Amino acid sequence: MAQLLQHLINGLASGTIYALVALGYTMVYGVLKLINFAHGDVMMVGVYMGYATAFALGKQAQKSLWGVVLIFLVAMGGCALLGFLIERFAYRPLREKPRLTALITAIGISFALSYGFQLDIGFLPGAAPRAFPEIIVPTEWLIIGDRDVVVWNWQVMSLLIAVGLMVGLQYLVFKTRFGRAMRAVSYDHRVAALMGIPTDRVIAVTFMIGSALAAGAGLLYAIKDTSVSPLMGLYVGLKAFVAAVIGGIGHVPGAVVGALMLGLVEEFVVGYAASTWRDAVAFGILIIVLIAKPGGLFGRVAAEKV
Amino acid sequence: MPGVPPGLRGALPVLIALPVVVVFELLLAGSPFATYLLSIMGVNIILAVSLNIVNGMTGQFSIGHAGFMAVGAYVAGVLSLSLKEIALSFLPVAVSDQVFLLLVLLLGGVAAAVCGFVVGLPSLRLRGDYLAIVTLGFGEIIRVFVQNTEMFGRALGLSGIPQTAGLGMVGFWVFVVVLVARRLAGSSHGRSLWAIREDEVAAEAMGVDTTGYKVRAFVISSFFAGIAGGLFAHFVPIINPGSFTFVKSMEVVVMVVMGGLGSTTGAIVAAVFLTLLPEALRSAFAAMGAEGSLAQKVDQIRMPVYGLLLVALMLLRPQGLFGTKEIWEVLPRWLPRRRKGLA
Amino acid sequence: MRRFVPMLLAALAFMVAGCEKKTQPASPETETSKQTAQGQGGTAPATPPVADTPPTPASSDTLLLGVATSLTGGQATFGVSTRNGIELAIKEANDAGGVKGKKLAVRVYDDQGKPEEAAQAVTRLINQDKVVLILGDVASSNSLAMAEKAQAAGVPMITPSSTNPAVTEKGDFIFRVCFIDPFQGFVMAKFARENLKFSKAAVLQDNKSAYSIGLTDVFTRKFTEMGGKITGVESYSQGDTDYRAQLTAIKKAQPEAIYVPGYYSEVGVIARQARELGLKVPLLGGDGWDSEKLYELGGTAIQGSYFSNHYSPDNPEPRIQKFVADYKAAYGGVPDALAALAYDAANVAVDALKKAPDSSGKAIRDAIAQTKGFPGIAGAITLDEKRNAVKPAVVLKVGDGKSEYVTTVNP
Repeated sequence: MAQLLQHLINGLASGTIYALVALGYTMVYGVLKLINFAHGDVMMVGVYMGYATAFALGKQAQKSLWGVVLIFLVAMGGCALLGFLIERFAYRPLREKPRLTALITAIGISFALSYGFQLDIGFLPGAAPRAFPEIIVPTEWLIIGDRDVVVWNWQVMSLLIAVGLMVGLQYLVFKTRFGRAMRAVSYDHRVAALMGIPTDRVIAVTFMIGSALAAGAGLLYAIKDTSVSPLMGLYVGLKAFVAAVIGGIGHVPGAVVGALMLGLVEEFVVGYAASTWRDAVAFGILIIVLIAKPGGLFGRVAAEKV
Repeated sequence: MPGVPPGLRGALPVLIALPVVVVFELLLAGSPFATYLLSIMGVNIILAVSLNIVNGMTGQFSIGHAGFMAVGAYVAGVLSLSLKEIALSFLPVAVSDQVFLLLVLLLGGVAAAVCGFVVGLPSLRLRGDYLAIVTLGFGEIIRVFVQNTEMFGRALGLSGIPQTAGLGMVGFWVFVVVLVARRLAGSSHGRSLWAIREDEVAAEAMGVDTTGYKVRAFVISSFFAGIAGGLFAHFVPIINPGSFTFVKSMEVVVMVVMGGLGSTTGAIVAAVFLTLLPEALRSAFAAMGAEGSLAQKVDQIRMPVYGLLLVALMLLRPQGLFGTKEIWEVLPRWLPRRRKGLA
Repeated sequence: MRRFVPMLLAALAFMVAGCEKKTQPASPETETSKQTAQGQGGTAPATPPVADTPPTPASSDTLLLGVATSLTGGQATFGVSTRNGIELAIKEANDAGGVKGKKLAVRVYDDQGKPEEAAQAVTRLINQDKVVLILGDVASSNSLAMAEKAQAAGVPMITPSSTNPAVTEKGDFIFRVCFIDPFQGFVMAKFARENLKFSKAAVLQDNKSAYSIGLTDVFTRKFTEMGGKITGVESYSQGDTDYRAQLTAIKKAQPEAIYVPGYYSEVGVIARQARELGLKVPLLGGDGWDSEKLYELGGTAIQGSYFSNHYSPDNPEPRIQKFVADYKAAYGGVPDALAALAYDAANVAVDALKKAPDSSGKAIRDAIAQTKGFPGIAGAITLDEKRNAVKPAVVLKVGDGKSEYVTTVNP
């Protein structure tokens, strides 16, 4: 029983982080119909920005409240900027071109980022994994039995931050004017432009929000797993994308459900069944979902009108 | 061609190619490095041309080609290992080896084609973007599968596979894949593929069974990827999952995109260029005397440069080198024209 | 078309009827001569006959050594350490006058951690650059690919740190200066049973690494042979960062120790997450732990755990301290075991070059084979008849920022 509870906690922890990243994917797909392969790598860049900030602050300041807030702000702000630049210079010129072109560009950027950061020239960190500094001093908040189940403060805080960000996003998309503009653009961006919505700006801001969320997720991930490396973006990004597809790509709550499901299934498969098959789990689920319910759990396979 | 019996006409190119590649191999027999490099190049060409059928001619987006290569490599490798001690008594050993090699290559290719069918059918029913993720995932599943299976050598890899793939066999299959690709492009079957690439909805409206054609193209492409993998297993001393990663798939995608999506000769040119580039850079750095760190950094810098190259290509010249045309259609326009007429 | 299927069946039947067993190649030497025969048939990758030596390089006053190692990819630090160790040894050899009046030079190629690139690099080194000897690689898969090419070409090869037994089995031109996996697995099993007196251990192996799997196989066998009980074997993949699922499963069986024969890049984080989940038992490991980064990634969690290694940089012997100081001065940072082994491999090579009557492959090979009691940094090197080094292993205990020597285990 204790083992089950611990697995549950672990699964939820990784699920919420996948959810944050999946949200970025799903939002961008919603407005642009583009799978932004570079999303995971933008997350990685954000983590390194946070790492650099933490280092600059020094061992004492990085643990203080304002230090942590600053680290988050720098990482999320930096990623928002990066997302803006990528959209502006790599995706916008290709908006009217066939989708394949933009997909290839996205992969190119993903590659350039993840392999570029593996060089150790200049400010690029190099391939070896590093330990993310301890910015939240770990304290046990809940212990059941003789350390049968342990819940840490940062796990709870991470969950709260993730949920907070998700609620904020939900509010933004459904309760604000800008959110309405975003939804309009996702239905049909040409007509939305005709209605007077500044589509370019909406898309740019969508990208920025998605990237900022990814950076936040990345920092939570770094706090959870300590080790940061240039390749971390690829795998997390891929799994988050699978989660978004499972939930129905373009569907915001679906992405969250899909991600939580993925986190839990992964955890239980590895914990109770064969741990050697972990990497295959995500894709296995994906293929099953695509065969059974092609639109994802919540999505609809919309008929394409010409 | 007059004078050639109809039954032989289709096979004629292949019959001509066979002695050519054998002679080619014998000529290079004294230079193992050239042999090895050209074998790698041949494999890359087969991969690029076969991926071009799906990504170029049919306009789909498959980024898991290395997964099918792995299937072909491991199936052919395991079969070869089990047949290692056997020869055909009525043929000299060398020829018998080639016969067996051909057999295991075909079986590996068929295995890869079956995988292509299994993977392609559900995903090609849907929107194109899903194929990308599914093919990517497939590569990963293959890797995990191999790592967990003792028969495939797990993480250490499969070694001891008889190294029987010479330039002759590689060259032969390069020839076959190019032939198939060209014939496909010029046939009515190929025209349906182009139609799907241009506008899938219109093609469906015109009565083209889009799913069927897409799956067929995918299966053909996977078959040749499996062949490439099988060949690879028979001249590289050991194969392990590290040779068939997502990075390898991406390298093939770069070749196809650079050469021009839909151009067979473009894919060939790009494959040759990208295979020779690291070696050329190594030679260049050695000649310049800047040995050590710079030459080593070349391999490191190669990957991010590929990424940036893709981005630049898409922004500046999305049709790649040749677009959808072949080299003989593009080149004359690049050459200076002779002025005819009154000049 | 109608006649196609029967024709195909007839062809297959013909082939099956004609199948016969090939004459068994008795040993790797015969295998090579079989390849040579095929080479003359022109249908297999042609290889020059074994007795052929690569002609001496263009400038006949330098001896060129070839190095192929992984300078990029997952284990980049291992490759870099290897290269550094070799370059330091060669530099010292040149400063001491070179070999028979000739200077030594090294050509280094990156194989990116892939066996086909390793094979390509070695083919280039042998055929284009005309090296007299090959050094490398760290990962056994790459070394296997290289060994096959080197053996076929008759160029001696010394691997500094590939521990899989299959590498030297490729042929009599392939040597290694480190101990092999079967020994290392045994070392830790013995230490756990006899020194730490543990009877229950769990294993967490890296499924993506042949080295890790090899050590796991030996450890589980030896530990059980010595009367211990393995409570379970879990796996992760190199590159993973979350091991909590596996650790939670391990925790249930309450082992007294966890054997984690993986690389430092994961082990540090594994230790952290284990402590976080309430698993206080020590971790045990192998030479894959050896890196400065272990302390950074493991923090306080990894302290108190043990691993087997080739040498300890704290060893007060003046020879070893001089090496540590020289390495620090040249490359900054304490040399890890891989650098020490590479240094030793290069020195063994230089020594053999000095002793060999000429620079033909066979002569150098014979000289290397006679290495006995060679004073290496990572232990005295004596090559046995399988061309592996018979050496003791040291067990180190992880402390704060460095590891302390605990004991030596002899073969």
